[in-house]
Amino acid sequence: MFSMYVPILGLFALAAAFAVFSVAVAPFVGPRRHNRAKLAAYECGIEPVDQPLTGGRFPVKYYLTAMLFIVFDIEIVFLYPWAVANDALGVFGLIEMVVFIGTVFIAYAYVWRRGGLEWD
Amino acid sequence: MNLLAAAVPLTPLAAADQPTLEDFGTDVWWIVLIKILGVFVLLVLMTLFAIVFERKVVARMQQRIGPNRVGPRGYLQSLADGLKLAFKEDIMPALADKPVYFLAPVISAIPAFVAFSVIPLGPTVSIFGQRTPLQLTDAPIGVLVVLAMSAMGVYGIVLAGWASGSTYPLLGGLRSAAQMVSYEIAMGLSIVAVFLYAGSISTSEIVAAQADGNQLSFFGLEFTGPSWFIVLLPVSFVIYAIAVVGETNRAPFDLPEAESELVGGFHTEYTSLKFALFFLAEYINMVTVSALAATLFLGGWRAPWPLSLWDGANSGWWPLLWFFLKVVAALFVFIWLRGTLPRLRYDQFMRFGWKVLVPTALVWIIAVATMRTVAREADLTTGQVALFVGVPLALVILVGLAAVSRAANRATRLAALEAAAGSNHPTEPEPEVLPATGPRRRPTGGPSRSEGGFPVPPLDLKVPPSPRLRAREPVAPDGAVVATGRRGSTATATEEDGDDR
Repeated sequence: MFSMYVPILGLFALAAAFAVFSVAVAPFVGPRRHNRAKLAAYECGIEPVDQPLTGGRFPVKYYLTAMLFIVFDIEIVFLYPWAVANDALGVFGLIEMVVFIGTVFIAYAYVWRRGGLEWD
Repeated sequence: MNLLAAAVPLTPLAAADQPTLEDFGTDVWWIVLIKILGVFVLLVLMTLFAIVFERKVVARMQQRIGPNRVGPRGYLQSLADGLKLAFKEDIMPALADKPVYFLAPVISAIPAFVAFSVIPLGPTVSIFGQRTPLQLTDAPIGVLVVLAMSAMGVYGIVLAGWASGSTYPLLGGLRSAAQMVSYEIAMGLSIVAVFLYAGSISTSEIVAAQADGNQLSFFGLEFTGPSWFIVLLPVSFVIYAIAVVGETNRAPFDLPEAESELVGGFHTEYTSLKFALFFLAEYINMVTVSALAATLFLGGWRAPWPLSLWDGANSGWWPLLWFFLKVVAALFVFIWLRGTLPRLRYDQFMRFGWKVLVPTALVWIIAVATMRTVAREADLTTGQVALFVGVPLALVILVGLAAVSRAANRATRLAALEAAAGSNHPTEPEPEVLPATGPRRRPTGGPSRSEGGFPVPPLDLKVPPSPRLRAREPVAPDGAVVATGRRGSTATATEEDGDDR
């Protein structure tokens, strides 16, 4: 039953081994010439004052995009089984899905109207 | 599962070589090992090939030759680059979050490899006497593996941007994440119609569903209709093609790596093999989405039409060739886009994804589902539905789109008209500008160079022919190459340089 997933795990293991090996071996293969400037963050001249690790700020728009992504991703989660079983579900399934997409569309239109999809 | 299988019968004409879901997960262990190793090597080789191929194709498009030194015709260039990267210093930035900084390239590379595991490369073949499908594995949820893995890849990018402890990578990583999740929606929606038609999410069954076209009867004429989903579902294919370009961060949607704004994007602070892993992941993702495009829309490993008339085309090892031809064609389109289109602005890009691709995909899904349900309930053939519903609908949509785009572009069109009429400024008259003076132009009015005019490069330079043509160009009797745009010693060239009077 689940034996068809085993090769995926195999490929995962091989890819992981390759990637971890590459990352682990890199410091030993390459040269090491210490230079303080080399270890500084990339910036032309002045050190960036607002460090990302200690709470660097970035636009709140990204959160909105993430939330919209979740809404539509869940919609997709419902769409896939429906699409596969469409022939068995018949007219009932179609109407149900049109109603569902319609409700999501209302939310979508609201977000659009309120400027949630603008990126300034 | 049995219920679905009964409700959605496979096409009866599917060849005996067509693997079904029962054929997977039954391989001997050493066959599985061979396949795993095969897919891994294949992906690495495809990456090496894709990089050289991209550089050479872009070079031709820009009238250059491209890499041609390392190996035969330069095809080992990317291998040399990879080895070089391995021997570069591995820098750990002082501000980086060490464990995450190490982990991010790994997280980025692993899903890239794993996503390819469900791509069907060919029919059932025999390897050392074992009958096995030419595909690592397949599952009832086949395509979901690809989608899940491409979603996992986002983590690698976000974490890389965050862990670098630097401003540009953070912004690049965030941009990349926002872009990938936005276009993942469009991509996920675009393939719903394919699942609808194929009645399955398993990649091998989707290929099987594209085996035979419907029998169409068109005013008494009987013929076999097209079976590839690119023909049956063109809108889905277009949305998919655009979405995966955004999903893989490729030009013209390569905003996370917009070097004029963000230096290198999320991998600015990475060097050595860690950087190479990101590079590898990006190109493997490109190969994977190309392979998925071939699987979902271009008939998978099945031979294209004129070749498919030959009986042996869809059995044995030949399909491997057709499959890779399709993948390379898709890769070429990726490269072509990069060579042709300028980068979009970020707001334009996000607007396009959320306001155009997503609603179009949703409307298209409803249209396809309605057509299919109506056809089934009313017992129409697909051809009739397409003729009576699809064609008028397509016309209405086309006219509507044309009207909308004309209205939207009205201002641009007016400005263009005015510019054509001689003014670059729609509101102001064109300011008086001294005509450019150059050594080659002999302007009648403005000051010449000797009178203090500003020297400009020669403006009447001819575009040289492409490097490929140059080899076959006629050679003049005195040995000089004619019309190459080189500054030669021929009489004509001297005559053109007549500004040293």
